[in-house]
Amino acid sequence: MATFDDVKEVIVEKLGVDAEKVTPEARFVEDLGADSLETVELIMGLEDKFGVTISDEDAESIRTVQAAVSFIEGKQ
Amino acid sequence: MTDQPSPQPRKVALVTGSSRGLGRAMALQLAAAGFDVAIHYGRNAAEAEKVAETARAHGVAAQVFGADLTTPANAGALVEHVIAAFGRLDVLVNNAGITRDTLAVRMKDEDWQAVLDTNLTSAFTASRAALKHMMRARTGRIINIASVVGLMGNPGQANYVASKAGLIGLTKALAKEYGGRGITVNAVAPGFIESDMTAALPEATRTAYLGGIPLARFGQPEEVAAVVAFLASDAAAYITAQVIGVDGGLYPH
Repeated sequence: MATFDDVKEVIVEKLGVDAEKVTPEARFVEDLGADSLETVELIMGLEDKFGVTISDEDAESIRTVQAAVSFIEGKQ
Repeated sequence: MTDQPSPQPRKVALVTGSSRGLGRAMALQLAAAGFDVAIHYGRNAAEAEKVAETARAHGVAAQVFGADLTTPANAGALVEHVIAAFGRLDVLVNNAGITRDTLAVRMKDEDWQAVLDTNLTSAFTASRAALKHMMRARTGRIINIASVVGLMGNPGQANYVASKAGLIGLTKALAKEYGGRGITVNAVAPGFIESDMTAALPEATRTAYLGGIPLARFGQPEEVAAVVAFLASDAAAYITAQVIGVDGGLYPH
């Protein structure tokens, strides 16, 4: 759960959404209202937070909170 | 107990092509305005080091960076090196430029490509690298040095004119894309400025252009640099997506 909480923190900060909306199944664009630039910022924020590099191709596939958590966990 | 506020860290400005000419004047005015400056050169390291020394006389840090911007990937790497060295980048001035003047019908593909790569694509790759940093900082200034010929056209300079017009379009697009992140992007369009580039013009061309300039003289590098320093300053925070002419009235906007 540690990863989820940290990912959630980045999402709340970058997308300016309420924490309770950040559920594992929430989609960044459709549910959390991220525009294209915010999506990029979110990916950059995750890179900074976890010290990982996320390729453009991987970023494309990270569309939900759970996908982000799984990706980060897979890198650790 | 002393309770002095810690001094504000100095902002950092990178001026590409600042070993001489307009870029040198820009780097020195930014140093005079209190910016730490990254001096970039393509070929002349010794000249760049002299500029850095002069900049340091203003009490700021100055460091020299070499990069061949005819290869656009080097411009992005340059920005990353500057950020690594100074720990931040507040102002990027895309000034480096070359000419390969000839009539379009005689212009080789290489002449076209070299000018577009250096003047336009390198400005893009440098901006892209800078924006990633500036987005995180939620502030930043990008200043593209275009040219009056990018607005007016000029015979014998199809490649240069296209690159400068391209810079103006790039300026407007980036200004719209990153305005919401506190980043301003503007272009400065110098007219005929006394520099190595204009000194190389044939006398007849110089005389002909002088006739079209309401202020009836060529400009000085410092007169362009003053506008760059202003655009980099806090006072210019509400100016973005603009093309500021410094041309003695040659091209009325």
